Amino acid sequence: MAEDIYEPIDQDVHTEPMILQMGPSHPATHGTVRFTLTLEGEKIIKCETEVGYLHRGFEKEVENSTWTQVFPYTDRLNYVSPLLNNFGYSLAVERLLEIDVPPRCNWIRTLMGEISRLSDHLTCTGAAALELGAMSAFLYAIEGRELVWDLIEEVTGARLTVSYGRIGGLKDDLTEGFEERWKYTKKRLFEIREEIGQLLTRNRIFLDRFQGTGVLTPDMALSYGYTGPCLRSTGVDYDVRKDHPYFMYDEVDFDVPVGSKGDNYDRYLVRMDEIVQSIRIIDQCLEKMEPGPINSDDPRVMLPEKEKVYNTIEGMISHFKIIFEGIQVPPGEVYSYTEAGNGELGYYIVSNGTGKPWKIHVRSPSLIMMGGIHKLIEGGLIADIIPTFDTVNMIGGECDK
Amino acid sequence: MVEVLISLLKITVIVFVFVMGVASAMTLLGDRKQSAKIQNRVGPNQAKFFGFSLFGFPHFIADGIKMVLKENIVPANANKFLHTIAPALVFMPALIGWSVMPFMDHFCTGTVQTLPDQNYTEICTGPGAEWKNYFSIMHMNSGVLFAFAIAAISVYGAAIAGWASNSKFSLLGGLRSSAQMISYEVSMGLSLAGVLMIYGTLNINEMIRMQGNLLGDWLPMWGIVIQPVAFFLFLLAGLAETKRAPFDLPEGESEIVAGYITEYSSMKFAMMQLAEYAATVFIAALVAVVFLGGWQFPYVYADGIRIFGGHWVPFGEEVWYWISIFLRIGAMVFKILFLVWLQFMMRWTLPRFRYDQVMTLGWKILLPLSIANLFVTALVLVIIW
Repeated sequence: MAEDIYEPIDQDVHTEPMILQMGPSHPATHGTVRFTLTLEGEKIIKCETEVGYLHRGFEKEVENSTWTQVFPYTDRLNYVSPLLNNFGYSLAVERLLEIDVPPRCNWIRTLMGEISRLSDHLTCTGAAALELGAMSAFLYAIEGRELVWDLIEEVTGARLTVSYGRIGGLKDDLTEGFEERWKYTKKRLFEIREEIGQLLTRNRIFLDRFQGTGVLTPDMALSYGYTGPCLRSTGVDYDVRKDHPYFMYDEVDFDVPVGSKGDNYDRYLVRMDEIVQSIRIIDQCLEKMEPGPINSDDPRVMLPEKEKVYNTIEGMISHFKIIFEGIQVPPGEVYSYTEAGNGELGYYIVSNGTGKPWKIHVRSPSLIMMGGIHKLIEGGLIADIIPTFDTVNMIGGECDK
Repeated sequence: MVEVLISLLKITVIVFVFVMGVASAMTLLGDRKQSAKIQNRVGPNQAKFFGFSLFGFPHFIADGIKMVLKENIVPANANKFLHTIAPALVFMPALIGWSVMPFMDHFCTGTVQTLPDQNYTEICTGPGAEWKNYFSIMHMNSGVLFAFAIAAISVYGAAIAGWASNSKFSLLGGLRSSAQMISYEVSMGLSLAGVLMIYGTLNINEMIRMQGNLLGDWLPMWGIVIQPVAFFLFLLAGLAETKRAPFDLPEGESEIVAGYITEYSSMKFAMMQLAEYAATVFIAALVAVVFLGGWQFPYVYADGIRIFGGHWVPFGEEVWYWISIFLRIGAMVFKILFLVWLQFMMRWTLPRFRYDQVMTLGWKILLPLSIANLFVTALVLVIIW
């Protein structure tokens, strides 16, 4: 009997891993994603990611709308930088149509795209601070984003769902006082960036939280298909704007900031540097831009002028054909890719020669990054999910489509 | 009977007027208006009282009413009894500790004399003169120990709240809070040991009296002067004890929802929150009495102003005694408010630590430092004293 009493003491305490459902409605998993975590204490030994809670059926919806009607749907992909989605889609359809747009259109697309990228990066870096509890830095960043959105609102007429792109052109030219407002915004953006940098970049707590967490190696990043700031943070110098220039990116001078370690801190720094680069690109665009038409003069895609519509039968027929049947895109397929806020945003488009797309597949960077996020999370602590998930910058609308 | 009435009055004034007043006003002014100032916002101003927003003060009343009227939810399969008493267990220690906090020296029924040649000790002289304890609820000769013992109890509340809620996030929060509070109590106590060795007393009022000593007739012998390292260690450990940012990981809202208060609603939630503010104020008071001279107003003594050996008595002895009383109470309140303000500034500037980093800081940095501080203090005391 005596031995029996002591036996339980000799054994190890029986422990088993705890399974924790994190999300889809959890403060950290914004944009609704679900992590099924297997925990050993606070350490994550296994993470299963489940996406799709924000699925809207983008790819099916667009099959029932004309080529032009797709624009509002693309706004809702990456809702933090909708202009980049707009322009990416315009570019893809234009490649299929094999039409060229006037230089001014390309300049404006470059410029507005970079403004949109600013909004994306400011939101992401600000949210990184917010999720660590540094609310003030977040609100400073949001002030910057508001200024950027004010510019977007002035040009496009909307703040979030802009629908500014058009096939073969744009909705509108820049407004009169745009340059003046940009000068003010630029000044504030530099101040805000400086302020956020002072609060975070050399803050010991911030460094401890960000350095060495969520580490991504170049091999892993490439094999999982990571692109954008996440890939560049590992040291791989791949930027669609630089390597496969489109719009006017080959005529402006900018650097591609790269990291070296691929951890959260490098991703944060890459984004902070890209803010500066975007501002540089915008300045050059405004400098080199020349007045001129913003829309292509191809009658297949452009609506005729109102004067022609009301006074000539050809104009009226053309107007109705484009509105009712949509732009007639020749049969074929194209894969066109641009650099969006989070990485390579690709549109794979199949046309059967009618006014509606046969199939549009979106290669959304967020979805692809979600495929490998468990590698960044596993082995860390619960608290590490927060900065990792933030700097990867998964946007629900884009990921779940 | 009079004694009982006085005690009740003291409890009412200190606990309900000062602590609750400051704690809840701080939730308002500190947490909302101050943060709004930091973040370029306006802050709350929509709740109005007869058309006046009064710096957002009506929000406090509106919040109170809202909290009371909210539905009280106890999760299924939660331990109802423990779930219900946990907020009280968190809240009460934050208030009980105040019983030993002196807001002013004892009241002297005779005349007070300061003896500059005897370390500026104040004595109460005159026929039938004695010290009357009117300015702290309880005069206890081991007040510091009592305050620590009470502060340590609040860890049970958080741990029980975490366990009784039947939620994994709560459980994690409860575990984190108990680990954090226990770890930091060690370095908190050890950093204080050096101070206790110098003062040689556990009585808080005695400690403050000793801090009235002027070194070289001009430098007040406050705790921060004689134990600067211990001051920072204690402040840091104290911050961690209050579970507020940057040490707010037991309720790190982005990782474990709200930690051990995830499953609380209505007034129970409000109590958990208020307890945190009360703890903030309590830690501020503890730092103030041990390191910042408590109610001591530099160079102001009950019988006049003394500096560089000089002695002035403005407005005559009798009037000056009353002036000094108000000055000293004001000094104590000001020090507490200043430290509370400091904590809020940190809360709105710094990001949150990670669990293992908090443990590293506590055990590998603060603890060795406080032991070294203790050792050096002991060595100096043996050699010099």
